[in-house]
Amino acid sequence: MLNPKLKLNPKIFNESCEQESIRKGFGQGLVLAGEIDKNVVALCADLTESTQMHLFAEKFPKRFIEVGVAEQNLVTIASGMASMGKIPFCGSYAIFSPGRNWEQIRTTIAYNDRPVKIIGSHAGITVGADGGSHQALEDIALMRVMPNMDVISPCDALEAKKAALALAKTEKPAYLRLAREKMPIITTEETPFEIGKAEIFWMPDVGLAQVGIITTGEMVYNALLSAKELEAEGIKTKVVNLATIKPIDKEAIITLAKECKAIVTVEDHQIAGGMGSAVAEVLVQNYPVPIEFIGVQNSFGQSGTPQELIEHYGLSVENIKKAVKKVLKRKTS
Amino acid sequence: MKTPKESRASYEARIKIMSLLTNNKILELKKISNDIRQSIIEMLMEAKSGHTAGALGMADIFTLFYFHILKHNPKNPSWEERDRLVLSNGHICPVLYATMAHSGYFPIEELKTLRKFGTRLQGHPHKEYLPFVENSSGPLGEGLSQAIGMALADRIDEKDGSTSLTTGRFIYCFVSDGELDEGNSWEAIMFAGKRKLQNLITIVDRNNIQIDGNTEKIIPLEPLADKWRAFNWHVIEVSGHDFKSINEAVEEAKNVLEKPTVIIAHTIPGKGIKEFERDYKWHGIVPNKEQGEMALKELQDIGTRL
Repeated sequence: MLNPKLKLNPKIFNESCEQESIRKGFGQGLVLAGEIDKNVVALCADLTESTQMHLFAEKFPKRFIEVGVAEQNLVTIASGMASMGKIPFCGSYAIFSPGRNWEQIRTTIAYNDRPVKIIGSHAGITVGADGGSHQALEDIALMRVMPNMDVISPCDALEAKKAALALAKTEKPAYLRLAREKMPIITTEETPFEIGKAEIFWMPDVGLAQVGIITTGEMVYNALLSAKELEAEGIKTKVVNLATIKPIDKEAIITLAKECKAIVTVEDHQIAGGMGSAVAEVLVQNYPVPIEFIGVQNSFGQSGTPQELIEHYGLSVENIKKAVKKVLKRKTS
Repeated sequence: MKTPKESRASYEARIKIMSLLTNNKILELKKISNDIRQSIIEMLMEAKSGHTAGALGMADIFTLFYFHILKHNPKNPSWEERDRLVLSNGHICPVLYATMAHSGYFPIEELKTLRKFGTRLQGHPHKEYLPFVENSSGPLGEGLSQAIGMALADRIDEKDGSTSLTTGRFIYCFVSDGELDEGNSWEAIMFAGKRKLQNLITIVDRNNIQIDGNTEKIIPLEPLADKWRAFNWHVIEVSGHDFKSINEAVEEAKNVLEKPTVIIAHTIPGKGIKEFERDYKWHGIVPNKEQGEMALKELQDIGTRL
């Protein structure tokens, strides 16, 4: 069942469930952050509407900076602004920022420890038709390896809105990973969000879970669908939304592993270096259990609908269910 | 560290800031830059690695800025109203560290810790270790954008009317000619022209060398002044060793409205030591004991003639 404490959207599993793109929620959150704090500024590299920063630009034109197609300049200007007390949010596609400008982010933002927020939109295979060149499948790895950098990957528009608001209040550099497509709204305004805290979205009605599913971003929805179908087949799971990949909620992960003794991770990203790897780093050092990884397996994407790509690259509900059953076998054998 | 030879108190009295750049002041600046060059040689000999040519070449400009142009307070480095000086090409940091020490940010004795474990004087500046610097640097082509961000932040606040702090504050950026090979540099140059950042003044250390050779052989930069002009900057060219001309250029830059200014300062890499001057091979190596002692003697001789 959905964790009743979190006041998640009761219509999640209905066809009538509202849909919204995660990036739209970010755009709305950025406007709210701008209303609260006049030091919040936004910079964009010629993708104002795509990143939903036009909402901020329309409301605060003097605090919006268009830098053109120049992602290296985007983040280094932001770094300078942060040193003068501004809280800059830099928007582009994840493949260009942090893909193109990784070293600038490392040197001028992380190494300087300046509170710049890097917004990587259109992350993951679900970008769809634009094809493999535009599908960032490496960005979590690129950013979580960087000292001083927080990494947040919200599961729906509302969580993205809350993440934007929360990031505006922290004095740390951060990366916010956003998917392009419209997604069902999983949470509600009442659902808590705190940087660094993982939440159990799904749990057995009674008793202990047999497998723990840890997921992030736009894959949370598929993980919940899998959990519901598995429940009907008599397999009890817990689904944890790891919205903050760094700093990672070790306690939540270890507690889950102790209960389930088997873990499946699910992400729209390369398996190498991604969220699942971060989970594995925690577990092998603290409470080793069998883990199965759902993610892209050392390949680039291609054009297609998000659903076609999710199926082709092994991120579907069916793939998650298979992984759960496989890890369950490994646990018992 | 041998320099300065006087006590700290008399030294500070000697360098007391005068508002006008008189001939006497210029003479004092020449003495200070000579002391700074000696410190640079001593630091590099002690560290046994680092960058010699660029550091020596920029000693006069650093001296003029820290002892005459900059609005700053070494005893209160985080003074909010200070000018900002962004050093982009961090590898010339021996001249930054030596100038900061000589102007009173930290003890001159500390210079000998350059590049050693636990030092505040990292091989390339790291703000976490030495908070007195405005920015960490080393990887090239990134300083100008940061300076632009600072200038932009001040412009936004000025227009907002929410602060009077920014009045009269300038953002200075020192870049090397070699790092103009970087694409990030030109993204920055194009952007600053668009935003007409009149509170941004950039100095290019035009010493014509980079690691692999002379700049015009590696990747030609000329016509460099025309390039900046084409990107809507106000361009001034000066000798990087003529205190009066550089000072006048900065005064001119402060009075240019609706454009950022770049001062292309023609410098001599390795300046002060004849054997090092204009030889690109001195970009990234340091003097051995014999060369260092020879260099110090040469500088001391220049000093006594001042």
